[in-house]
Amino acid sequence: MDGVRLIARYLGPYRRDFLLAVACVAAETALELFIPMLMAQVVDVGIMAGDLSVVLANGALMLVCAGLALALGLGYARCSARASMGLGARLREAEYAHLQSFSFANLDAFETSSLVTRLTTDVTVVQNALVMGTRPLVRGPSALVAGMVYAFVMSPELAVVFCVVVPALACAMGCVVARVAPRYRVLQRAMDQLNDALQEDLAGIRAIKAYVREGHAAERFDAVNEHLADISTRTFRTAVLNVPILQGAMYATSVAILLFGGQMILAGTLTVGAFTGFMSYVLQIVNSLMMISNVFLMLARAVTSVERVREVLNAVPTVRSPEDGLTEVPDGSVRFDHVFFKYAPDAEKNVLEDVCLQIEAGSTVGVLGGTGSGKTTLVQLLARLYDVSAGSVCVGGNDVRAYDLAALRDAVAVVLQKNVLFSGTVRENLAWGSAEATDEQMLDACRLARADEFLERIGGLDGDLGQGGAGVSGGQRQRLCIARALLKRPRVLILDDSTSAVDMATDAAIRENLARLAGVTKIVIAQRVASVMDADKIVVLDDGRVHACGTHGELLATDPIYQEIYASQVGSGISGEVS
Amino acid sequence: MPARGNAAPSRPHDLLATLRRLLAYMSHARWLMLAVAVLVTVAGLASLLGTYMIKPIVNAVGAGDAGALVRGVALTAVIYAVGVASAAGYTQTMVRAAQRVVLDIRRDLFAHIERLPLSFFDRARAGDVMSYFTNDVDTVSEALNNSFANLVQAAVQIVGTLVLLLVLDWRLTLVTVACDAAIALYVRFSGSRSARFFSRQQAELGGLDGYVEEMISGQKVVKVFNHEEANLERFRDLNDRLRAAGTSAQAYASTMVPVTVCVGYVNYAIVCVLGALLAVQGLTDVGSLASYLVFVRQAAAPLNQFTQQGNFLLTALAGAERIFSVMGEEPEVDEGEVRLVRADDVEAARSAAGAAGWAWVICGEHVPLQGDVRFYDVDFGYEEGQTVLEGLSLYAKPGQKIAFVGSTGAGKTTITNLINRFYEVRSGVITYDGIDVRDIEKASLRRSLGIVLQDTHLFAGTIADNIRFGKLDATDDEVRAAARVANADGFISRLPRGYDTPVVADGANLSQGQRQLLAIARAAVADPPVLILDEATSSIDTRTEALIQRGMDALMAGRTVFVIAHRLSTVRNADAIMVLECGRIVERGTHEELLAQRGEYWQLWTGAKELD
Repeated sequence: MDGVRLIARYLGPYRRDFLLAVACVAAETALELFIPMLMAQVVDVGIMAGDLSVVLANGALMLVCAGLALALGLGYARCSARASMGLGARLREAEYAHLQSFSFANLDAFETSSLVTRLTTDVTVVQNALVMGTRPLVRGPSALVAGMVYAFVMSPELAVVFCVVVPALACAMGCVVARVAPRYRVLQRAMDQLNDALQEDLAGIRAIKAYVREGHAAERFDAVNEHLADISTRTFRTAVLNVPILQGAMYATSVAILLFGGQMILAGTLTVGAFTGFMSYVLQIVNSLMMISNVFLMLARAVTSVERVREVLNAVPTVRSPEDGLTEVPDGSVRFDHVFFKYAPDAEKNVLEDVCLQIEAGSTVGVLGGTGSGKTTLVQLLARLYDVSAGSVCVGGNDVRAYDLAALRDAVAVVLQKNVLFSGTVRENLAWGSAEATDEQMLDACRLARADEFLERIGGLDGDLGQGGAGVSGGQRQRLCIARALLKRPRVLILDDSTSAVDMATDAAIRENLARLAGVTKIVIAQRVASVMDADKIVVLDDGRVHACGTHGELLATDPIYQEIYASQVGSGISGEVS
Repeated sequence: MPARGNAAPSRPHDLLATLRRLLAYMSHARWLMLAVAVLVTVAGLASLLGTYMIKPIVNAVGAGDAGALVRGVALTAVIYAVGVASAAGYTQTMVRAAQRVVLDIRRDLFAHIERLPLSFFDRARAGDVMSYFTNDVDTVSEALNNSFANLVQAAVQIVGTLVLLLVLDWRLTLVTVACDAAIALYVRFSGSRSARFFSRQQAELGGLDGYVEEMISGQKVVKVFNHEEANLERFRDLNDRLRAAGTSAQAYASTMVPVTVCVGYVNYAIVCVLGALLAVQGLTDVGSLASYLVFVRQAAAPLNQFTQQGNFLLTALAGAERIFSVMGEEPEVDEGEVRLVRADDVEAARSAAGAAGWAWVICGEHVPLQGDVRFYDVDFGYEEGQTVLEGLSLYAKPGQKIAFVGSTGAGKTTITNLINRFYEVRSGVITYDGIDVRDIEKASLRRSLGIVLQDTHLFAGTIADNIRFGKLDATDDEVRAAARVANADGFISRLPRGYDTPVVADGANLSQGQRQLLAIARAAVADPPVLILDEATSSIDTRTEALIQRGMDALMAGRTVFVIAHRLSTVRNADAIMVLECGRIVERGTHEELLAQRGEYWQLWTGAKELD
């Protein structure tokens, strides 16, 4: 039901088209059912009474009906196409627009690939259900009602047959649909299991081949495969009961009408024409019931897609811009005040635990720690990519939640660990940092990020980066990403392991360039001690807590973890300071 | 018929060959299929005869013969009863037959894919392979469930209707045939035109999908740069173009139904009027006309059915063709006859087995396994015309640790991929204890090589199951012992359910370091004489790596080891370090020798150069 409401809502301006389409089908159906009546007249008045004018007049009327039906049908084609494609476009746009307001937490909750499917495939399924479902959904009931009405008009006595058969048939088919619909869910689960097994196999194919486990994998697959076949057989065997039930009903009605109708003609209470016309209605009415049941089965599948679309549309963005938020970030000072954080409210462990930090505007801070110690999480809180679970994060003296979101993110530039460039030229990508930037400013940013040394080789600012920015190496990509962030002229610049693929000398040069940016707070996450050695302050994170904080010299003298990290790198080709 | 879905239905390239293979599969359920064919024909004939019975009944009524009426109705009832019984029979049988066939197809497809060389998995995207099993097998299943029987039935009905119409009145039949021909012509004509509309829609859809995919993948960057509005603008534009293209394609495709319906009415009207004129002049009887008119109304149904189911079937055949083309891919070459046995498996092997406890069986002779691997002038490329390794020669003596260092794409992983024959050398020879690796049975070769990869893939199951993946029949004690060797026993014991803790979705409940330790334990339980560590610790921070290193060292003791590493600290104690550049070994020696050379390795070590 919620699905219907959703579709009604997103039809929006196309609602008129949709209603027109419905009206067209209903009218067309009524017309179609009118024809046997004309035929009855032809037989009774024309043939039996030998009145040729009636035959011709009714024949002409039938042709008019045919013409009208064609016009209505074409009208339906246009309106339904407009309505369904319009719905699809509006759903996609609504999803995409809503997705733009998603926080990182929302994005993590849906996986990327699943979001793409929900925006493309699922919308297409809903759209097609509307295209293919509207006609039978309207036609079925209207043919049923109109057929019954006409039948009663022609011969109320004979129409009693329908009154017995139709409810019985409806009950039987209702039973089938009611039993099959829940089975489809079971079937879907069995399919998911098969998909999971496959996906796992494909992801682990190297391990499987290396350990010669093909047979083991095949056994596991056979089990889910047989389960799926078993469930499918049971589901479809119930579903196909429709066919004999329907035929049985149709045949029973025909036989009854032949028998009773024949006797009525013999008794003189029914004409031959009405009787012949009646036979047409049998087909019509039973077919309409078949359509209705088929539509239900088809919609049962579309419902899943509607659900998936709805989940996206109903997801509540967890990070929102406050009303009348501050639009100016006064300076680049940063303060973490007893910050606690976990990604999911029901997660057992905090990712960050009681973090307190004070960073002066314009200073450089290094953050070190093992994989999973919470470094990335820590800096992402600054740009409100996530919100704290408890405590507060302040930038420029104000809580980040007090700022207008766009203003905050303009002032806090994050070069993400998994950074991407997009299809297009270097200039188009750099313009993400600042749409108004001049070539001079862009080149300047490239110089600071040391991207100038290879810029000419890839075709300058107009060089094409290829699909997804695949045309540059990892180190080059990292440098372009830094340049893009610099163009924002941020108050706080965060580099999250952003120079890992850049060699030591270039890394040092970039650091030196950045150090000259006055008034910009730099926060550098790194694996290499050498990358943060010169920072004003180094924060060592361990298991979500601030383990130690100080300069390189202080930490080296006092902190065991820092000493271990240092020891694991010094003289190992990682620290870059082997003599 | 209305277009199905958003795309113009795809067509198989080689219809007959695909059909033949599908029929071969259907012959797995030969008797069921035969039963279906018979029952469908009976059901179709019953429907036709039932409608034909209208004629004698109406005429009996016209003649006032009550006895004939009852006899006719009784006969009709019998015919229909047979029809319903057959319909019930064939639908149930068809479902069983179809699922049996589909089960076999899926099983064979999976088994075949397992045997394909890795080069197939490099080429094919995971999504495509999944789609063979889901979309393609589904359409085949759907077609078998419905289309096959419907198609046979429709054919029976079309032919039968035509015959009975001719029997009833040949003049009126000419009208009907002409109208049906008109419909067929229109379907043909508009089919080719709508294909153009659909291909434009398809192109627009592709453009939008591509944009969505790229932007959603980079959505976090979009947010960081406040680029939401600009993106929405561009999306709106693409979306609107798709809508316009879709609307015209759909509107065009939807004209088929009303045109068909309209021609049906015209047919009905003409037959009605002509029939009436004939009846008035006594050239036909009312019963024939009544029966005929019901037939005309029904005639459109099997015709529609035939084109529609025919299209479904073609789409399914296109899916079947894709499936069969995967099944047609060459499986891994495995012609080697030298087998590997564990010393305790075979009496004869025990005496022959080397220190590692394994022995080769060459023509019935048992030769101890040593773990000596040599490359002689090996050339290799993943694709035609591409060279990844060029003239590569190297050796690893039993128990030595050989390290490879170099940028991404220099060919480090490729070397190890050639040892276990994930790929075949283009020229040159690789020997294992003096035996050409191509002469060793693949399963034996791979069983003798343990691999720890950078990204450990954990399978659904418990921790113990995942370790046991290395040796399926390992006892609990063996699993524990392996975990201890890998230095993983500690963290596993601290997990809530120890070794029985379930691993969720690719090990999301374990840290990267813990997953890596499990991978090492997995290799340890397999106890292979030769070990390959492919960037086994690259994604772990240096401090954690130092902890894991102890597990690694224990594992490496006494085995021939190939190490690929990004971090030089991991390889400094190797017996030989090879620096690779563009598929060639540019430097080789021990750590000290290479530093003394002041070449490439020295540059990397001092940080003057970074591996990419």
